[in-house]
Amino acid sequence: MITPTATPLSISGYSLLALFFQFLDSFGFIVLATVGLAIIFGMMGVINLAHGEFILIGVYGTALAYHAGAPLPLGMVAGVIAATAFGVVVERTIVRHFYDRLLDSMVATWGLALVVSQLLLIVFGSSLDSISTPLGNVSYGPYSSSVYSSVLLPAIAVCVLAGLYALFTRTTFGIKARATIEDPETARAMGIDTDRMYVATFAIGSALAGLTGALYAPALGSITPNRGNTFLVEAFVAVVVGGQSVILGTLAASGVLSVFNATGSFLFGTFVGQMLLLLVAIVALRVLPDGITGYVDDWQQRRRAEE
Amino acid sequence: MTLEVNGLNAGYDGTPILRDVDLTVETGEIVGIVGRNGVGKTTLLKSIMGLLEPETGTVRFGGEDLTRESADAHARSSIGYVPQGRDVFPGLTVEENLTIGEGIGGDDETRYEQVYEYFPILEERADQDAGTMSGGQQQMLAIARALVGDPDLLLVDEPSEGVQPSIVQSITADLAQINESFGTTILFVEQNLSVIQGLAERCYAIDHGQIVDEIDGEAVDDRERLEEYLVV
Repeated sequence: MITPTATPLSISGYSLLALFFQFLDSFGFIVLATVGLAIIFGMMGVINLAHGEFILIGVYGTALAYHAGAPLPLGMVAGVIAATAFGVVVERTIVRHFYDRLLDSMVATWGLALVVSQLLLIVFGSSLDSISTPLGNVSYGPYSSSVYSSVLLPAIAVCVLAGLYALFTRTTFGIKARATIEDPETARAMGIDTDRMYVATFAIGSALAGLTGALYAPALGSITPNRGNTFLVEAFVAVVVGGQSVILGTLAASGVLSVFNATGSFLFGTFVGQMLLLLVAIVALRVLPDGITGYVDDWQQRRRAEE
Repeated sequence: MTLEVNGLNAGYDGTPILRDVDLTVETGEIVGIVGRNGVGKTTLLKSIMGLLEPETGTVRFGGEDLTRESADAHARSSIGYVPQGRDVFPGLTVEENLTIGEGIGGDDETRYEQVYEYFPILEERADQDAGTMSGGQQQMLAIARALVGDPDLLLVDEPSEGVQPSIVQSITADLAQINESFGTTILFVEQNLSVIQGLAERCYAIDHGQIVDEIDGEAVDDRERLEEYLVV
């Protein structure tokens, strides 16, 4: 979303500012693409390979409502509702049979992803009309950045993480959800309806995917049934690099990956930025097999043992 | 609120563990289940708690048939459970673990004040992660977590396991005091003779998944009789 009109290698205040906006753009995208997937993986031990299609349902819901005459914010609400309802149906019919069966859940949700993208193609055709990006651009020196993608969406991403942190640490629901993840049997013996907790958690993950789709519907350009992959790759990489801890893992992985992605994209183009992101993920997995938060947990345990 | 178990048969993956177990625990009683390792004590508590669905037989509490109900329904019917090995939620703080216990009993009534009176260390360490506490402190937390929702019946699985002797004594005294003060009925599983004799008013001996003896009154103080079911 950065438009350079001069060579980016000439380091100046403007270049640094442009790089910073590129980082914010990438950070917002990775956080929002990841957070729904991270909740479902971290809380339920399920890797939802249909996550990109959940986001796509948010995109389509928003675009269809918008093109039917609804104001954009209302269209976005429609996108979130559509993804949440879809998530609840999928959890009750498919995912509930695959809790803590990582590989099985990946195969089942991958199949679901294929079905959803083909259905979207059959029902809505090869593309939907795009939605123009609101809020315009801000220009500085030879650069300009989209206010929506580089300022508003990263700000929303931070708010979403803060909201989730509050939900999972400050509310009874969140405490019960964490207890269910840690030890479902004991949680049941304490009166928690774990079945209901799983539905609620999956619904939250789906709603977040829908929110991501709704927010990116005006920023995607073309809306096609294969756009889900755009989100899934970065979300998957960030979840694996971040590790099991949902919020800290997402935050840390998004921060690290965005630095490399933004720098590569800014200096050498988007393709190099994407390659760099994947390379960093491979190196991170080699060095930190349990992700960043897994390493931090191990380090804390070692420290406690030494004390 | 009487607990009645009749003709209970249960096991894992088709392998029978419990065979025709009958037992009754009257309101306000402290009853022990004694037996060696692997005879079915924990399986019995899990079946009573709804964590393991019985093949046949019934579990009734306060006249309500809970046999086919889930564990969370048992908890809401006012049965508190202290699992073997404590099973506190290690990544949750002490206070959060206690919050989870509020779900037992199915109403809004809680006993934080009394629980902190018995286990003041828990109030001091309210913000500490449960997984970083000692075995004895975790056992106190597991008992407190089961008590905070004010259950009518408390199921306790080997409270002495992995806990140093001085703490075991203190926990035994606390459980007896809790029974006296709150009127909480207690059914516990144990192999430690001093805990059994310090706590139980009555005992069932279990062997190979069957109740083989009922030890009542002064007979609970008969060390040799108890050792018959405990020593390999």
